[in-house]
Amino acid sequence: MVTKRDMLKAVLGGAVCVPGLAAAGGGPRAAYFPNTIVETQHGEKLRFYDDVVKGNKIVVFNMMYTLCTNICPPGTANLMQVQKLLGERVGRDVFFYSLTLRPEVDTPQALLAYAKQFGLNPGWKLLTGKPAEMDAIRRKLGFYDRAPVVDADLSQHTGMLRIGNEAYDRWKMMPALLTPRQLANSIMDM
Amino acid sequence: MANFYSEEKPTRRAILKLGTATGLAAAGAGLAPSSPAQSTGGTPSPGPYLQPFLDPLPIPPVKTPNVLNPPPAKFPVPGEAGRDPHQRYEDFPPQVLYELRARAARHRYHQHLPLEDAWAYDGLVPGPTFVNRVGVPAVVRIRNELPQEYVGFGSPEIITHLHSGHVGSAADGFAGNYYSARKAGPTLRYPGAFYDHHYPQYPARGDIREVTNTLWYHDHRDEFTAPNVYRGLAGFYLVFDPLDSGDERTGLRLPSGVGRYDIPMLLQDKKFDAGGNLVYDQFNPEGFLGNHFLVNGKVQPYFRVEGRKYRFRLLNGSIARYFEMYLADERDRNYDYTLIATDGNLLERPLTIRKILLGMAERADIIVDFSRFAPGTILYLVNRIEQDDPRRPEDERLYPGIRMLRIEVGERTPDASVIPATLRPMAPIPIPPNTRRREFKFERRNGQWAINDKFFDPLRVDAVVKLNVPEIWKFDAGGGWAHPVHVHLQDFRVLSIDGKAPPPELRGRKDTVVILDGKEVEVLVLFNDFTGKYLMHCHQTAHEDHAMMIRFDVVP
Repeated sequence: MVTKRDMLKAVLGGAVCVPGLAAAGGGPRAAYFPNTIVETQHGEKLRFYDDVVKGNKIVVFNMMYTLCTNICPPGTANLMQVQKLLGERVGRDVFFYSLTLRPEVDTPQALLAYAKQFGLNPGWKLLTGKPAEMDAIRRKLGFYDRAPVVDADLSQHTGMLRIGNEAYDRWKMMPALLTPRQLANSIMDM
Repeated sequence: MANFYSEEKPTRRAILKLGTATGLAAAGAGLAPSSPAQSTGGTPSPGPYLQPFLDPLPIPPVKTPNVLNPPPAKFPVPGEAGRDPHQRYEDFPPQVLYELRARAARHRYHQHLPLEDAWAYDGLVPGPTFVNRVGVPAVVRIRNELPQEYVGFGSPEIITHLHSGHVGSAADGFAGNYYSARKAGPTLRYPGAFYDHHYPQYPARGDIREVTNTLWYHDHRDEFTAPNVYRGLAGFYLVFDPLDSGDERTGLRLPSGVGRYDIPMLLQDKKFDAGGNLVYDQFNPEGFLGNHFLVNGKVQPYFRVEGRKYRFRLLNGSIARYFEMYLADERDRNYDYTLIATDGNLLERPLTIRKILLGMAERADIIVDFSRFAPGTILYLVNRIEQDDPRRPEDERLYPGIRMLRIEVGERTPDASVIPATLRPMAPIPIPPNTRRREFKFERRNGQWAINDKFFDPLRVDAVVKLNVPEIWKFDAGGGWAHPVHVHLQDFRVLSIDGKAPPPELRGRKDTVVILDGKEVEVLVLFNDFTGKYLMHCHQTAHEDHAMMIRFDVVP
């Protein structure tokens, strides 16, 4: 069994030298991701590529909406446990983003209420935006189903996490309901 | 020998789709500058036009033994990753040692394509072919020399699975055992620059009926198997024994001579963008299909044969692509050939067939007698199964099909090999009353893949199976998905498909079985000789990486 400290060392060691990361301009996925504006639960406006994705850091995405009574509540609760295991790294080099599937309803205020209701870590950003732009981001993250009927059915929305580190252009997808220990390992492994 | 023409008729739809499936319709597209990989939703894009049959079929070299320093041991040696001790190391002391280096290399998939970064065993795509013998235990030391700061798909930790290997748990390639000099997976105690795999070369119970002759080795790193294998981490591992002797004058006298008359063929699809650059779609949640077809790492190569018998060892090494392989001529007429082994296991008797379905990781050893064709004849290995979705193959068959390998028949030459009337006897299927039954449902829900509603956890035991006690496992799949299901440690026998007896080509020993959408397959499993943690999983590698896998532990 590897200790948390070993893994931390591994990850930090890996961060010492990252080739291919231009000082200015874009990383490997600059052309892939939209750079449209998304808004957090605190009303902070972020450019999706520049401010959310870009750089040598671990990003974790999931899809949710505030009124979901299906897979979101257990997924959210599980991610809170994961964040507890990751401790101070959350907000430092590991960043969690939840994107709403219903931006037309989930205003920053609604997302803030959700964050408060669940007692989310302040470093966990819930994102909303223009519906068409949010949908484009969702597809780029691979949170879609090939079958349009399934894709449009909120009750069947994805329970996957997209985990990545753009500086390494290394991406994976894992179920949000793996055990917190597994997910913490999986995230730190990036 | 009679030639058999196909009775199957192509559909118009099938013909129309062929153009996009093979890239033939994209003729004249030329090679444009590189563009970043886009997620296309899995539909194969045409890709660049590539003139087929320009490159010779690559024949991977046979791996030669090495001296290991430090010498291997039951417990990890200095520098080695913190694995469990080898099992029964004293019973099977290694008599042959190998060192294999997983490293970065450059590979060209077609002479009109640019060099690509590959991750490959000994820098070769595919890796070198191991040739070993039953009764001669081996240790293969696999060094992880992959670039740890690599930018791009894949993850530079590895753990190599000997697919179809009957080996101790520590040598099996358990997904959680991935390693590099600085990282260790959750089931290793500490990192290491290398990992020693102890392969006893001992059939189950020492029974010659349980020998497996065509194995393959590939990366099995948890969460990243699909990209790491796509980068090149795969090769063949052949085992000979007194029956399948590797010598046309002894044993069954099968066509012999690895790389000469006995040819491993790794069948894969890969995706290339319009600029000819290799694409791996990291954001496709379902795995993706390629737009070009490769044998042994080259797009549509050619192979010159003598007018005699050959053994082709076909292996599907794709992420999501199913193959149904035919032997056809220039006019796309099909010919019979002889199936001798499934998943590397010789059948009781050879089967004359015209096609063989290969799900991912499945193998078929076939014999083709080219002396029945006039010198100068051109033949092709053709894939006719239609597939335009990574979820499953379609019912339609393609006419014309996808020609994966062009075969140019030469002059007749002396041939001491035979196709014997019987091959390897099979043990009777022992099903005692009160045999334990388990059911495994392969499910898709909320964009996730699960087995019995659970996701893989390398630290959770999903089934505890008693050593030497057979069980019946039922696999079912639904929701529009097909899953090739693979069981580690020991081959199984297919008992039924939807309650009916399996077709002849599924009556031999198998390690992988395709569960088509809506089907139920019952298999008999029996585990001998080794205990510990093993895997059963879907071999659609995107599904596998997304946790469609269980851990089962064999206990005394």
